[in-house]
Amino acid sequence: MSAVDTLFSGLRQQGEKAFIPFITAGDPNLKATSELLSALVAQGSHLCEIGIPYSDPIADGPVIQASYTRVLNSGIGLDEIFQMLKETAPSLNAPVVTMVSHAIIHRRGLANYVSAAKESHVAGLIVPDLPVEESADLAAVCKAEDISLIQLITPNTPADRVQRIIDATTGFIYYVSVVGITGERQTLPEEIIESVQSVRDKTDLPICIGFGISTPEHVRLLAPVADGIIVGSAIVRRYASSESISPRQDAGLDTETVRKVGEYVKTLTHALATC
Amino acid sequence: MKPSSTVPDTAGRFGDFGGRYVPETLTPALDQLAAEYQEACGDAEFKQTLDSLLNHYVGRPSPLYHATRLSSHCGGAQIYLKREDLNHTGAHKINNTLGQALLTRRMGKTRVIAETGAGQHGVATATACAHFGLPCVVYMGEEDIRRQAPNVYSMKLLGAEVRGVDSGSRTLRDAINEAMRDWMASVKDTHYILGSVVGPHPFPMIVRDFQSVIGKETIIQSQAQTGNLPDVVVACVGGGSNAAGMFFPFIEHPEVELVGIEAGGRSEDPGEHASPLTYGQPGVLHGSYSYVMQDGDGQTCDVHSISAGLDYPGVGPEHSYWKATGRVRYDCCRDQDALKGFDSLAKTEGILAAIETSHAIWAAMQIARERPADQKVVVCLSGRGDKDTAEIARLRGEVAGQ
Repeated sequence: MSAVDTLFSGLRQQGEKAFIPFITAGDPNLKATSELLSALVAQGSHLCEIGIPYSDPIADGPVIQASYTRVLNSGIGLDEIFQMLKETAPSLNAPVVTMVSHAIIHRRGLANYVSAAKESHVAGLIVPDLPVEESADLAAVCKAEDISLIQLITPNTPADRVQRIIDATTGFIYYVSVVGITGERQTLPEEIIESVQSVRDKTDLPICIGFGISTPEHVRLLAPVADGIIVGSAIVRRYASSESISPRQDAGLDTETVRKVGEYVKTLTHALATC
Repeated sequence: MKPSSTVPDTAGRFGDFGGRYVPETLTPALDQLAAEYQEACGDAEFKQTLDSLLNHYVGRPSPLYHATRLSSHCGGAQIYLKREDLNHTGAHKINNTLGQALLTRRMGKTRVIAETGAGQHGVATATACAHFGLPCVVYMGEEDIRRQAPNVYSMKLLGAEVRGVDSGSRTLRDAINEAMRDWMASVKDTHYILGSVVGPHPFPMIVRDFQSVIGKETIIQSQAQTGNLPDVVVACVGGGSNAAGMFFPFIEHPEVELVGIEAGGRSEDPGEHASPLTYGQPGVLHGSYSYVMQDGDGQTCDVHSISAGLDYPGVGPEHSYWKATGRVRYDCCRDQDALKGFDSLAKTEGILAAIETSHAIWAAMQIARERPADQKVVVCLSGRGDKDTAEIARLRGEVAGQ
């Protein structure tokens, strides 16, 4: 059992749902990421998703693209990100999973990447550009290291593929709420509840829903069918707009920005806890 | 390892290369495209429609022209030019866009998107869409919009919407990223007409097949004009579509030497060229496993080429396969040498070649010089150079029109 499995079995026993914030590693600097992670967990987050910056993220909208670009321009590399996680993750009362392009995993080598992630207390990987057909090798390496390989299902995934993806998934199913890229949406597709339910009928794995989610109303709409709710761009946008951002890696974030992000997340964790 | 011409397999693998590394959202569309293409391949009417368009609309077959003055200028082997520049829209790109526009209609999709670097694929896509009455959006890096202005205006005149991309290096790679993002949201009713032999399966196979008309005609024409096959065939390689179309029919003629020429840029230093097969290593970019310019973390590196069409950090997976099997030799040509190739062809033959193509011209001239006069070197003259005259003038501190 990875830390992700342990988390969800505990939440299920208590009848609770997971709130999962996404932030980019190293944006605007490494200390800021560490501070934000603590603040996010303090405001009731159960699991943290860390985006590993990538130069060509085709599944991401403008907010996360810009975030990745800032980090890459500041010269932060994978080793420094792993080091930061190694120091930060043990003190968080929540597992950390990373969203990472297969281009990065491949360059490091599957086994090298996964063992470095493991040493940095990473509990799971989400690899958005690795479809189920190409995922067997990485799944084997993750299994050996007891790291979850979280796979994605989208509204346009055909029914036979849904089962295939479920069979290859560990940790939780990442259900993508929209056909499109990451970024806040005013409204979510009407048929989403039904679509998630059709996946639910096929598996006992936890299902977490992400993409486009940004308001307490969204959270309340989705909570009944989900085991977890993932929010990314709406959080990244809030700390990215801070005027006092410094790329110095030990600069951290100003307390006002951390407070603002924390308050926003609190509205979502509160909505989730009171559904 | 002996190269095969029955690649890729059903997973889109050319040996170790290729495959499909894309978000789940795009997978159903790629499966649909692969299935539709397979069906179309067995449909005589599809082939007839495409052939008729290639003959009467594009003007195929394109000539295989014996460049006698350029050959004498080099003083060695005989140089022949496969005149893809004489196609409608002035480049080989139209061979692929008409084929994919027909597939778009077969799939019942009603909108087309495309990326473009030099603008040749953008113009060819806009042309095919105008011909079939399909709305068309072309993504193009801001840097390329600047250096290939004539093509931008042509696309607009043809009714396409050109969307500038100002992320990253503002070139072809970023235009592909943006087209993919559009497709992520529009995949239900939109087809992405990818312009090169890159990207996720089945694109590298489909584009190669539609471009293979170049090599097939060259074989027939060479036999008719000279009695046998050429000794050497040369083509420029960015993503690699004209080269793939030219080389593929020759793969199982091992006596014919195949040479692909990448953009050597200003020097061999990182960031100064666009030659992944020469200086890069295998990695994942734009949905495919192939040679790429990446740093140690897997981040795609910025590259440089004088030509917008070759200014790309990756290359089609089949080229990586041909490199691995040793079937094709890859080399590169510097910016300044490409300009020399451009000048030589212009002054000896009265042909303005695209700056992309000029890389292959220069390389073919060097190859011809080292060979006896009874050998034959065929160059794929992939596009014409009208689009480049203003940029060449700018680089030389001159003003076009004076």
